[in-house]
Amino acid sequence: MTESEPATQPRATRRINGSTAESNAAIERAYRDAYGGVLATLIRFLGGDFDAAEEALADVFATALETWPRDGVPAKPAAWLTTAARNRALDRIRRDRRQAEKLVLLEQEMTGTEVATMQLGTDGGLEDDRLRLIFTCCHPALQLDTRVALTLRTLGGLTTPEIARAFLVPEATLAQRLVRAKRKIRQAAIPYRVPLGEELPERIEGVLAVLYLVFNEGYLASAGEAAVRHELCAEAIRLASLLADLMPDRPETHGLLALLLLQDSRREARVAADGSIALLDEQDRTRWDGAEIARGLEAMDRGFAAAARLSHASVGRYLLQAAIAAEHARTIDGRATDWRAIATLYEALARIDPSPIVELNRAVAIAQAEGPGAGLALLDQLAAGGELAGYHLLPAARADFLRRLGLFTEAAAEYERALGLSDNDAERRFLQRRLAETRS
Amino acid sequence: MRYMLLIYGEETQQDDAATGDAPEISPPWMEYTNWLAREGILRGGDKLAASPSATTVRVRDGNRLITDGPYTETKEVLGGYYMIECEDLDKALEAAARCPAAFGGSIEVRPIIPMPAPAPAG
Repeated sequence: MTESEPATQPRATRRINGSTAESNAAIERAYRDAYGGVLATLIRFLGGDFDAAEEALADVFATALETWPRDGVPAKPAAWLTTAARNRALDRIRRDRRQAEKLVLLEQEMTGTEVATMQLGTDGGLEDDRLRLIFTCCHPALQLDTRVALTLRTLGGLTTPEIARAFLVPEATLAQRLVRAKRKIRQAAIPYRVPLGEELPERIEGVLAVLYLVFNEGYLASAGEAAVRHELCAEAIRLASLLADLMPDRPETHGLLALLLLQDSRREARVAADGSIALLDEQDRTRWDGAEIARGLEAMDRGFAAAARLSHASVGRYLLQAAIAAEHARTIDGRATDWRAIATLYEALARIDPSPIVELNRAVAIAQAEGPGAGLALLDQLAAGGELAGYHLLPAARADFLRRLGLFTEAAAEYERALGLSDNDAERRFLQRRLAETRS
Repeated sequence: MRYMLLIYGEETQQDDAATGDAPEISPPWMEYTNWLAREGILRGGDKLAASPSATTVRVRDGNRLITDGPYTETKEVLGGYYMIECEDLDKALEAAARCPAAFGGSIEVRPIIPMPAPAPAG
């Protein structure tokens, strides 16, 4: 499979044998669109029992594979799946005599409204359930890698082998991690709800961090199959989009979505013909995805509008990073880039999220705006701080500034240092190419 | 839902020298305990004697092994506990974060699994 194939690889079809193409496609769509939402509703219905919900849903997907080709696809697949899976779960509980007491409780708790919500399937209740599920999967009482895996498994509907492959961990390890997570959610009573009040901003931040991690794993990963990585990016964008839809008054939800879309729009142009990373100024901008850029810019505008309605301070790191990406995305001729605006945005970013990496990026922007000499001065300050020791992009940036000043011998030495620190193949190829150029 | 708040921190010289008499309770702890009680979530709690007074027991291959001291020798030791009852983990974490030992030490929050009452001795 190549990178030019569709972002979302049909997952359900891999499990389907011998049914018609049309219902295959419908099942696949239903699976992708509805899995997380239906599962979220089922988990609430089953009082937080992830395993029972997953089992019931897997069962009804198997049933759909038989009945949909024969009877036709239901008008509202999500509602059909929800109702069928709920009935399946109840049957199972009824059959299981050890769970007899639980059934009594469930039937007592199941009010008329809840039954209505379950059956409607696509109304507000379902949306709320998906939010509950996101916040539960991204609860800080779970380890970060567990949050990532659980989010992809439950909301994204990725299979355990798929997630294991994407993160290069043995399948058994990942399966075990998921089992432990679900057990902890149950035993420690991690609540199945959207956090309230003052807790909310911090928890949203946590969810955004998980989604950004999923995206970056797909976008920047130094290893792994291209196809799997691509799927992670698509999934992160889908979930970020869901979160922005469900929490439209939170600027950063739009900020993250915008950032992911704008970064992803450069995917095709980011890798040079020889497989090395093409830097921004070397990328063929006609290969950027215009539709994705448009969606990204719209999301960013919605984010700034939401921030304006709250307060100035609500412009956060994702919105600022999106604004930086947008400066590039809007510029068809790279030479026309407004580096001064970008340097200012990095300065704002450094104020809310001070980090040497942000300072390094600011130095690069300053070097573009005011010349490599000004950039070098900033890098010297950064290097003196010592925090970036061992980080290959510091010597790589130095090398670039020196090269542009015509100091080729010094530049070559810095490229060699950078090479010694990087273990990413695409990046190493890039550095080697530059090193060869400085020596010629 | 009941939770144990296990209070870990470094032991002071004073803890070490403690005689086993009822300790004097400092104002922040008194305040915290009262707060838990006012919230209606306090189910129990005590200070533990210093870690050198601990004895750890385990049975391996039918043999009872007794070791002097706490289960693990670390700088931060279990110094006391509260048992609280809250709706969910978020509420329990909120209560734990107010504990004086959370500033500097750490509080491990563990759900309690209810056990059936023991049968009366007959």
